[in-house]
Amino acid sequence: MEHPNTGHASTGHGLRSYLIGFVLAVVLTAIPFYVVITHALPPGRTLLVIGAAAVLQILVHLRFFLHINFTTTPKENLAAIVFTVVLIFIMVGGSFWIMFDLHQRMAV
Amino acid sequence: MSAAVTAHESEAAATHEQRAFGFWLYLMGDAVIFALLFATYVIMVNNTAGGPGGKDLFDLRNAGIETALLLVSSTTFGFASLCSRTGNRGAVIAWLLVTFVLGAGFVFLELREFAGMIAIGAGPDRSGFLSAFFTLVGTHGLHVSVGLTWILILCGQVMMKGLSVPVTSRLFRLGLFWHFLDIAWVGIFSIVYLPGLL
Repeated sequence: MEHPNTGHASTGHGLRSYLIGFVLAVVLTAIPFYVVITHALPPGRTLLVIGAAAVLQILVHLRFFLHINFTTTPKENLAAIVFTVVLIFIMVGGSFWIMFDLHQRMAV
Repeated sequence: MSAAVTAHESEAAATHEQRAFGFWLYLMGDAVIFALLFATYVIMVNNTAGGPGGKDLFDLRNAGIETALLLVSSTTFGFASLCSRTGNRGAVIAWLLVTFVLGAGFVFLELREFAGMIAIGAGPDRSGFLSAFFTLVGTHGLHVSVGLTWILILCGQVMMKGLSVPVTSRLFRLGLFWHFLDIAWVGIFSIVYLPGLL
């Protein structure tokens, strides 16, 4: 039977893609959990490790589970991602800016 | 005749593409909702109003098991997608059911955690922190529950209709949804549970 899976699901995303994604996700989950359980680092650095592992893991999920890449993913889907990231940056960044500024002024 | 069939098939493929794009836009909108719920949580995290904070309430073991269930379920959904490409109906249904069981385990653990918190007076009405926590994590749990319903419906469709073009196209969109929910969960354990237990 012919399948219409053009777009992201089409070529070259076999079993290997899911297994690589799974292993990388396990590693990138184990690192921050380990650091928090063992208190191996001071809190500031622990937060950095958690943040870095989260960003990397999200990229792993996008690449190996959602099969986002720069060749087979349609341009408009990539444009939607970029637009969403910009939107999130403005709205979340703006919220933090306003609320933490307000917090500081109220504390004075 | 064969020209008509080809035209029909390419039309079906085009519709599939358009629907995938429309669904993709919905997911991006959902990502904005989650991002703002995360922002609300981060702003509210210290507003405990004298009540319990994350350190008193969160259980790393529970969060770890939830993380594992969701990650494995994302992978087993991937196996279902792969089997649909080779046209193996039984395997698609089997992997979907495995995914369902793992997802249901996740929702069960989450509900048990919520019930435990509410039982000790740490419900969403206790403080701004807990309102933000229940809204964020509850929204994610609601998404997973909708995903579970969708998995069951699609299992029924694969059984009754087989892996027809519309069913495969729905399976593809459900896959996008399910993998997306795992990404949202990465944000939750990285922003809510792990920093809460520092």
